[in-house]
Amino acid sequence: MQAYLKLDHIDKVFTRGNATTEVLKDINLTIEKGEYVSIIGHSGCGKSTLLNIVAGLTGATNGGVLLEDREVNSPGPDRAVVFQNHSLLPWLTVYENVKLGVDKVFAKTKSRAERDAWVMHNLSLVQMAHAKDKRPNEISGGMKQRVGIARALAMEPKVLLLDEPFGALDALTRAHLQDSVMALHQKLGNTILMITHDVDEAVLLSDRIVMMTNGPSARIGEVLEVPLARPRKRLELATSPGYLKCRQRVLEFLYERHSFVEAA
Amino acid sequence: MSMPAMKTEMPAVVTPPAATAAPVVTMTPKPAPRAAAYARMAKETGARVVPPLIVVALLLVVWELICRRAGSSLPPPSKVFKDTRELILDPFFDHGGIDKGLFWHLSASLQRVAYGFSLAAVAGIALGTLVGQSVWAMRGLDPLFQVLRTIPPLAWLPLSLAAFRDGQPSAIFVIFITSVWPIIINTAVGIRNIPQDYRNVAAVVQLNPLEFFTKIMIPAAAPYMFTGLRIGIGLSWLAIVAAEMLIGGVGIGFFIWDAWNSSHISEIILALFYVGIIGFVLDRLIAALGKVVTRGTAAN
Repeated sequence: MQAYLKLDHIDKVFTRGNATTEVLKDINLTIEKGEYVSIIGHSGCGKSTLLNIVAGLTGATNGGVLLEDREVNSPGPDRAVVFQNHSLLPWLTVYENVKLGVDKVFAKTKSRAERDAWVMHNLSLVQMAHAKDKRPNEISGGMKQRVGIARALAMEPKVLLLDEPFGALDALTRAHLQDSVMALHQKLGNTILMITHDVDEAVLLSDRIVMMTNGPSARIGEVLEVPLARPRKRLELATSPGYLKCRQRVLEFLYERHSFVEAA
Repeated sequence: MSMPAMKTEMPAVVTPPAATAAPVVTMTPKPAPRAAAYARMAKETGARVVPPLIVVALLLVVWELICRRAGSSLPPPSKVFKDTRELILDPFFDHGGIDKGLFWHLSASLQRVAYGFSLAAVAGIALGTLVGQSVWAMRGLDPLFQVLRTIPPLAWLPLSLAAFRDGQPSAIFVIFITSVWPIIINTAVGIRNIPQDYRNVAAVVQLNPLEFFTKIMIPAAAPYMFTGLRIGIGLSWLAIVAAEMLIGGVGIGFFIWDAWNSSHISEIILALFYVGIIGFVLDRLIAALGKVVTRGTAAN
């Protein structure tokens, strides 16, 4: 397997005063170009911390992240993040929110007109071109998240990091947006690392599912290949044996071997 | 902090327009909706304007009744109006020296406030940003600010007179030092409260510090900044009247002091009325400016 993104022996210890908490312990993971990998685990297992380390927003205590064999330890547009709560800037319009990143990333390589066209192109990829002059508080939660995805895509990241991107949405909107992300992945071939706590979402979208044990000192418990052909159709999969088997494996891991401990 | 209070004045009941307008409809195609809209607007304005007018009228009557008796130390409103008619009707006269119309006194005071407050706004936002952004700046400066801000405005005046040796810059300095603290403190709180999400976005996009300041910090902290600016302008207006009483020259504060020395009580009352109205207008101006500038942020 050719390593495009490599998480190399990552440990993360939080220190507050005299108390130290080891959140992540010896995380190793390699991701191929174009692969869709989900990380699933109970809340508090440090999966968001792991994503922040890959994004460069948090430093690892030991180990590091390699992207195309180069170490990355500060945030950058090559690892664009779609945040859980969209994180659009409320004082900018939809267009300006996407443009913020585009202007920085393509300041030298694209002309003003090209950047404008590129923003609009990305907004239309997520079907949000019609709302370009709206402000975030004028559009629905699902639409905000679409814009968040457009903003990340527009930076042409090498790896797209999704931090529970559908967590704050209602079930119908979530399904709709999952289909959109699947279509985008199919079309653009991005490398995607997604954090989730939704088993169906993980199985539906991913090529591989990384299951994490409970914290503290969370490790990678198991990695499951999802051998389902793409494009995947939600309705057909609901009864497909391959899908159900994968789902079963993840559920067993989460609820039998590593069921959530409330005390944490 | 006092911003949301402005939004409360919404009319609770909107009467159905057709009910009253329908019988009057004649030839013209669409008079009903417009007439109804005007009626509704008039009603809304009335609901807002009439109650305070009634209260003011009642207070005037009570004041008149109390102060009307012979030997009363303060003049009743009727006498105030009679005494100050000339001042009210001709605010623009200028007989040289300090014998000028109220317009000139007020504009001199407003000018001082404008200088002092502008300086305070710039310095306050700059220092507030520093203190909000840097933990070490906060540890170093915050205790100092907390002590200095409790010093009453007028206590600074002798010191600034000693330093500047002139009334004008001293008054401006007093305005500055009075209004700068709430601006610093509110800006710092605003900067400190910028959600981590916005900082993360800035980090991923790799904004440089200047871009971060203009594109994230200023808009994100603007509601807090305007709270500080609003408190600041109120305090400036409070301080200028007191300061001018001491430094003399042209200015509404000295006008009041001068009227007291010449026992023109009616003139004092008129001046107080103007001071109140202008303070109110200044406050609303900053609030309106804040509303325009923070149109996106506040609704988040």
